[in-house]
Amino acid sequence: MSSNNSPSKAYWKSNLRYLAVLLLIWFAVSYGAGILFREELNSIRLGGFKLGFWFAQQGSIYVFVVLIFVYVRLMNRLDKKYGFDEE
Amino acid sequence: MATAADWMSAASFISMAGIISFAGYDGSVYLMGWTGGYVLLALLLAPYLRKFGKFTVPDFIGDRYYSNTARTVAVICALIVSFTYVAGQMRGVGVVFSQFLQVDIEWGVLIGMAVVLVFAFLGGMKGITYTQVAQYCVLIFAFMVPAFFISMQMTGNPIPQFGMGGTVEEGGYLLDKLDKLHTDLGFKEYTTGSKSTWDVFAITCALMVGTAGLPHVIVRFFTVKKVRDARKSAGLALLFIAILYTTAPAIAVFARVNLIETVRDQEYTSMPEWFTNWENTGLIAWTDKNMDGKIQYVHGAALSSKKPEFLEKRGPNGERLIANASDSANELYVDRDIMVLANPEIAQLPPWVIALVAAGGLAAALSTAAGLLLVISTSISRDLIKKQLRPSISDKGELMAARIAILVAVIIAGLFGIYPPGFVAAVVALAFGLAAASFFPAIILGIFDKRMNKEGAIAGMIIGISLMMFYMIRFKTGFFGIPPRPSSEWWFGTSPEGFGTISMIMNTVVSLVVSRLTSPPPYQVQEMVENIRIPKGAGEALDH
Repeated sequence: MSSNNSPSKAYWKSNLRYLAVLLLIWFAVSYGAGILFREELNSIRLGGFKLGFWFAQQGSIYVFVVLIFVYVRLMNRLDKKYGFDEE
Repeated sequence: MATAADWMSAASFISMAGIISFAGYDGSVYLMGWTGGYVLLALLLAPYLRKFGKFTVPDFIGDRYYSNTARTVAVICALIVSFTYVAGQMRGVGVVFSQFLQVDIEWGVLIGMAVVLVFAFLGGMKGITYTQVAQYCVLIFAFMVPAFFISMQMTGNPIPQFGMGGTVEEGGYLLDKLDKLHTDLGFKEYTTGSKSTWDVFAITCALMVGTAGLPHVIVRFFTVKKVRDARKSAGLALLFIAILYTTAPAIAVFARVNLIETVRDQEYTSMPEWFTNWENTGLIAWTDKNMDGKIQYVHGAALSSKKPEFLEKRGPNGERLIANASDSANELYVDRDIMVLANPEIAQLPPWVIALVAAGGLAAALSTAAGLLLVISTSISRDLIKKQLRPSISDKGELMAARIAILVAVIIAGLFGIYPPGFVAAVVALAFGLAAASFFPAIILGIFDKRMNKEGAIAGMIIGISLMMFYMIRFKTGFFGIPPRPSSEWWFGTSPEGFGTISMIMNTVVSLVVSRLTSPPPYQVQEMVENIRIPKGAGEALDH
């Protein structure tokens, strides 16, 4: 069956592309802003927060929630496009 | 919501805010690690495992790698992970009971064990999901109410997430004030932390990956109807968790400021009731090293070993005398696990708020313990005994085996709870390291690498978990009287909590190399992988 499934190949490819972009953002806010570059970001203030510290303890979590919902939307649309959605 | 409740274990509820409170920036590893893992779970695992449609992780591994050996290795990994995790929960239950009943923490754990057992035997496992939704509500309420009050009290802003970055009455930002208090007492700045960047990185990674690999969390996604529901339910779970997890660091800051201001250079005899109550349970200890009757709380370990050893005598101020005070100028020992429970008392909130918090802590610990016991007992009775050792076993025999498994699990977990290798959240962190080191690569590669075969996966899992166990025993727990090695000997400066990251990488590398050197998986298995990548046509999750 693996011969006649070029739409599934294309579907899988778009899926992987979405994953790559979303995981890149995921990495940037947590490991990037919250850990690796926190010293630099800490010189910027967000109200009473140092920015790096804020990303580590608040900001990254907000971004995570948004990421998952964006993924759900993207994938639902993709399912529809390829006719893989249910009902 | 059930996933959220399952997730908000005693570790999150009781211990996390406490650990952040003492660790400051370093505590971020738990916040980012435990939430970031959900992103991995939602994007890389949940939809595919749902499409695959079996109930347990060992099932997936057993089928994907067409091998009972792989299944057995997965069962063993699941058991080790779950045990370590339950141990953390038992300690949490113990903390709550010891405070309620004013007994030593050891008795608290024992009572907790009894309660969990009754809960598991009488309630059965079917009702768990419903009770967990109720528990989630109790939990979030118990966590938020005191946070609103305290935030209002300290910063004039009732939303803790904003209050944390708000200003205090005498002017200036709250976090700046805390940084200053910390430097005055000789601690590192609260918002900077003291762990190396690499170690923070490694621990966060181990926790994230471990979250995604935890068997009792993954299992939740097998119960939804469709693949798209599986995606969404991970998102909803994280949303509910995020409410709690963005509040926790705020609570941590409030608690820290309050604690320092209440005890610093005050007379022991003028301490409020909560102080002596917790002292009676053995989770606070004070030695009057310079004989001035006042509490000196500065940087440094107050004790020469980890836990206070109390003498059966009282000192001149009425304090419990201890045998193992250190030479450091710090006179006060505070167990981190009490911070969330003690916080409303320290802030002098009304008693009903305090009771609410205790109820929340208990709900959290019980629901997680129950979920895990389910994993342990099905692993043993179904995956191990029914599928492998004795396929002819009757339903009654299977139930019996499940119950014995729960009993043994609770007893072992309780022992770990009484003699813990660290604080609740730290014990749990090790369980994540184990999950990261064992399952995660096998599952991910099983979905994303069609060429992965049983030889590769088995070799990877074994290498991963043994390496992690070895490191944990060598540097954290010690082994039958051999004390753990000091942190100066850590490999690449990686703490045992963060070592899961290295084990995971080793696991992946070994899997890839071994799989390429051996023959590819059979055609049907490759077909199966193609199939789980497409969401259409997921039926009900199949029983065996």
